Amino acid sequence: MRINCPCCGERGIDEFSYYGDATVTRPDLTSPTAMAEFVAYAFERANIPGPHRELWYHAAGCHLWLVVTRNIATHEILSVESARDVALARNANAKGSA
Amino acid sequence: MTGQINRLPSGGIIDRSRGVRFTFDGIVYDGHPGDTLASALLANGVTLTGRSFKYHRPRGILSAGSEEPSALVELRTGARREANTKATMAEVFDGLESTSQNRWPSLRLDLMSVNSLLSPIFVAGFYYKTFMWPAALWEKLYEPAIRRAAGLGRASQSADPDTYEKATAFCDVLVIGGGPAGLTAALNAGRSGARVIVADENFALGGRAIDDAAEIDGKPAAQWVAAAEGELAAMKNVRIMRRTTVFGTYDGGTYGGVERVSDHLATPPAGIPRQRLWHFIAKRSVLAAGATERPIVFGNNDRPGVMLAGAVRTYINRFGVKPGQRAVVFANNDYAASTVTTLKRAGVEVAALVDSRNAPSSYVSGIVGAADVRLISGAVITTVNGGHKIKSVNVRTADGRSIKLDCDLVAMSGGWNPNIQLSTHVGGKPVWDDVICSFVPGTLPPGMVVAGAASGALGLKDALDGGAASGASAAGATGHKPAGISVPSAVNESVAISPLWRVDGCTGKSLVDMQNDVASSDIELSNREGFRSVEHLKRYTTLGMATDQGRTANVNALAIMAELTQKSIPQTGMTLARPPYSPVAIGALAGHHRGKEFKPSRRPPSYTWTKENGGKFNETGLWLRPSLYPKSGESDWLDTVKREVNTVRSSVGICDVSTLGKIDIQGADAALFLDRVYMNGMKTLAVGRCRYGGMMREDGILMDDGTVARLAENHYFLTTTTANAVKASQHLELCHQWLWPELDVQMISATEQWAQYAVAGPNSRALLQKIVDPEFDITDKGFPYLQVGGITVCGGIKARLFRLSFSGERAFEIGVPARYGDSLLRRLVEAGKEFGACVYGTESLGVMRIEKGHISGPELNGTSTARDVGLGGMVSTKKDFIGRVLGDRPGIADPDRPALVGLRPVDRTARLRSGSHFLSRDAKPTAENDEGYMTSVCYSPTVGHWIALGFLKRGPQRMGEIIRAYDPVRGGDTLVEVVSPCFVDAEGEKVRG
Repeated sequence: MRINCPCCGERGIDEFSYYGDATVTRPDLTSPTAMAEFVAYAFERANIPGPHRELWYHAAGCHLWLVVTRNIATHEILSVESARDVALARNANAKGSA
Repeated sequence: MTGQINRLPSGGIIDRSRGVRFTFDGIVYDGHPGDTLASALLANGVTLTGRSFKYHRPRGILSAGSEEPSALVELRTGARREANTKATMAEVFDGLESTSQNRWPSLRLDLMSVNSLLSPIFVAGFYYKTFMWPAALWEKLYEPAIRRAAGLGRASQSADPDTYEKATAFCDVLVIGGGPAGLTAALNAGRSGARVIVADENFALGGRAIDDAAEIDGKPAAQWVAAAEGELAAMKNVRIMRRTTVFGTYDGGTYGGVERVSDHLATPPAGIPRQRLWHFIAKRSVLAAGATERPIVFGNNDRPGVMLAGAVRTYINRFGVKPGQRAVVFANNDYAASTVTTLKRAGVEVAALVDSRNAPSSYVSGIVGAADVRLISGAVITTVNGGHKIKSVNVRTADGRSIKLDCDLVAMSGGWNPNIQLSTHVGGKPVWDDVICSFVPGTLPPGMVVAGAASGALGLKDALDGGAASGASAAGATGHKPAGISVPSAVNESVAISPLWRVDGCTGKSLVDMQNDVASSDIELSNREGFRSVEHLKRYTTLGMATDQGRTANVNALAIMAELTQKSIPQTGMTLARPPYSPVAIGALAGHHRGKEFKPSRRPPSYTWTKENGGKFNETGLWLRPSLYPKSGESDWLDTVKREVNTVRSSVGICDVSTLGKIDIQGADAALFLDRVYMNGMKTLAVGRCRYGGMMREDGILMDDGTVARLAENHYFLTTTTANAVKASQHLELCHQWLWPELDVQMISATEQWAQYAVAGPNSRALLQKIVDPEFDITDKGFPYLQVGGITVCGGIKARLFRLSFSGERAFEIGVPARYGDSLLRRLVEAGKEFGACVYGTESLGVMRIEKGHISGPELNGTSTARDVGLGGMVSTKKDFIGRVLGDRPGIADPDRPALVGLRPVDRTARLRSGSHFLSRDAKPTAENDEGYMTSVCYSPTVGHWIALGFLKRGPQRMGEIIRAYDPVRGGDTLVEVVSPCFVDAEGEKVRG
């Protein structure tokens, strides 16, 4: 498998380490249902075949965290984005909708 | 030595001008460069090459390629001895020593062939059924006996003296196979300007075009192949890789290959590896891997002298060797009929062509007519007669009569199986093709096209055409447009086939999987006992599970199972192939990653001084940390530890703590950031102060601990444990980049940039005052406990001083740029002489931290929480931080959870052992009564007996209770008293002042 790191270009999978689900957002401590939300955030995963957004770390490279969209049934990689960019856009959206 | 009696006077692509001399089972033989071990043995009239895996049946050479299940030999001797090498792939070289396998005492007289007489009990599943009881005898009796009787070659017991390496190559088009289809693919892709790699497992290109002595463009195939090779070699954008097996297809256009760089040489030349593992990164690939001929399943079809018909043609056409004197050809298809012509041309008598089909095709009639050979249509071979050498075959004719034909060679062909393996490695499903009666690639991996026999196009013209079109289209897909497709002229052989999988009414075993000795009768048994799905069949009989992955066996086995269950073959299914296509040496997979190149050492700044002074090291991750500094007269490690600890506690000691992870964090939001990653508050930390801190995982389990120093308003310097340095850094990057990207913070690992020494003991200040430049006040007033500051040492060298203590004594840590690390240690040692200072290592460090009840790796074990380790009071309730919410979830907040306590033996002379489990004094030693376990133990020189830390259920409420430390593994059962985890200076007075 090859991952096209936005910083370093396309590199072999052995340079990266997998972390986990990039679709979950860290809940708010002050929510009245914070415990349930954190349990879901930390543990509950749907694991549905098909495209999935997940976090990877370019450990033997630039140390960038990445959001990789990968079809987990075929391993086809559909997109690779800098996690920071995705997170900034996520935060901007959250502000916009609030 | 009888000479190369079967070498033809001319022909083949061997170098007849030169000879090579080799041995097989100690006998010297001659061959030529260009021979394989198999062709050279056949040239010398050697047909018996080994004994089979289970029944010790005599075996010879079945094939001429990498599918060989029978002719497996040991090559070389000593440390270079390698087992289970296919004689059909090994190139002969001068001095090659080869031996047969799995025979005792000799190949001809093999006493273990008694297994063959016992074969009724060696059937499928016999291990499961036979050696059931008593189970205790398995390890002592059954397994060693079975292992001696079964098996193949012997591994060398010595370390491999050769080197292996790994390499990566990028290309537009990877052409897998250098036969007719592969060559036209490479030519057409190469001419477009695309970067092309063409890899072939063989040492010569040409594939079946040469094996069949075909005609291409009106010339002998060998001439056309040589010209094609010349053209490819002249193209700068094309790389030809011979002796290179592409063994696996992986995701994203990655292919694994192994290049046998020096296998054809006695020893690798200096600086050259034995083998090279390749990662091919290809935008497109053309699978032109050819096809593998199928045996027919009939009685004794594994005898030496029974060969695949295509292999017989290969030995004659490519190597100039006739594999026998009088042959019977047995086939169910047209393609094999050309074997008759080839044999006749080579001067081999052909007793008959036995064709299982009732009506011979005009193609077959034409061939036998021209060759003047007897054709027996609608007939089958039922049994091969003869042991080490074939004497004759029994043929059952169309009208049911049995006739005997004398012969010493049987050339059989049950049709051809496309080599589809690489198309299935990432999940592609093959599909059944009724025309060729085999599976062809179905869904293909992204970027792959298939050409030639691998696609089911068995004819030469189709292969050349398909290769050319595939090469051009693959190159086109990478943006390289060929001027036009050019294809040489050739004609297709007739490949008409009518299935025949096995012959019924045979005497003798009818082998299906020759490498694993699985017979047709085993498949019947498997069916009778209900193991009918292909996956069950495979595991119950071990069919297809040998190193050849059943390349000559699988389709026949499926067909037989289909017949037995009265299903179609596609309904019966197909087990998918996994990499590797053919075996890859572990050495090649490891490459240079052996010994220190697998796990290099990181040397701390004190390394050289430690070496010079007889210090010992232990490995912590990659770090070599000094562990002990024994002095002469000390009888064991405990003597040394006692002296070091006593020196620190009474005067002063110096310890290299540079291996702790160090992270420099800066930015306007650094304080806020650290507040969110540490469980305790960091915003309130004043500039110039240090604080102990703990980090949790989001699930509430402790992740790591260390110190945080605030060097300036927006500048922090934190330490992690040595073992978790990389993990902590990755975690902080995740928090920064993913969770809180809006925070203005930057971080970098500074572990290797700073040499840092702990200077600990009552005299630590006095010692440091000789090192630290005088303008800096390091008195308790000017530099109190937990202070940090920039200083200079030794006359102007910039340094950092931390007032931290792991030992519980008055202590400092002093950091200098790493390049000064060695010099600083020497100055500290020199300055310490007047105090009798010692340098100490991780052993004494560990003892002193246990004496103080500080947690370390054994307590930070991935299951403990802040409460468990007695740090519950540190956990902030005023802020959000990683682990805050889930740290309170039920279960891990359970007050019954084992929590940190200290322990001391009631009998003060007793020794404690970590890993012991805690039991109430009168409880039975059962799992239900388990109340926790001992994590860290040491002999404490300070208190004068063994002490321990451990996690005990409700431990902090049980001070003074006597419990059992139970250690059944080492026979320990010791009464211990529950005490505070801090054994020394419980009030913490000594660190101050």
